[in-house]
Amino acid sequence: MWIYQKKLEFPINITNPDLKVAKALMAQYGGPDSELGAGMRYLTQRFSMPDDRIRATLNDIGTEEIAHWEMIGTMIHQTMENASLSDLEAAGLLGYYTMHGKAVYPADPNGVPFTASYIQATGDPLADIAEDMAAEGAAWISATFEAFLL
Amino acid sequence: MDQCELQNRISEVQFVCIELNLYLDTHPDDQAARSDYYTYSRLLDELVTEYETEYGPLLGFGHSPADVGCWVCSEWPWERK
Repeated sequence: MWIYQKKLEFPINITNPDLKVAKALMAQYGGPDSELGAGMRYLTQRFSMPDDRIRATLNDIGTEEIAHWEMIGTMIHQTMENASLSDLEAAGLLGYYTMHGKAVYPADPNGVPFTASYIQATGDPLADIAEDMAAEGAAWISATFEAFLL
Repeated sequence: MDQCELQNRISEVQFVCIELNLYLDTHPDDQAARSDYYTYSRLLDELVTEYETEYGPLLGFGHSPADVGCWVCSEWPWERK
């Protein structure tokens, strides 16, 4: 089971909201290679993982990914919380606002909702680990980080 | 330490514990890392107890026995300071 700890893994207090960053962060919140995807992938694959060390790793990194997901959600929430409608429109978030208001919905920056089809659990340890490495690689090279620089 | 300082200290020590935990998942026989994990786990436990005695529960479901503060009223971590 899981016990909730009422703190973030790393404290977040955004004083200068940037909606372009919020939109980019949605890739990490609800995209295919998001923290949510990673957490679901690891916590799902662990059941059929035959190796002790890999099973432990999947369990514990899966748990940590959920804590990362909470941090990304916090950043999006704090950034959008006080944004005006015109700010949202300028950042290309009018469609998002129409559908979700200022809720923190798991969708990517284009509004595509998160789906379980982003992850795989084959029951084959090597196939699953290859999928994990591909997703981690995609998360790192993703344009999310590039978008921060704009 | 004030609440914010203590929370940051907990986060620092917890981060060490998380990383050592993940390392030990693949290196369970590394005695030096196990010893470090034990040391930092005890330190984390002391800091969390100190925090909860002063400011109220950090953990739900019965894992914070301190009878101070208020789970429902204390601020949630996503709220801006």
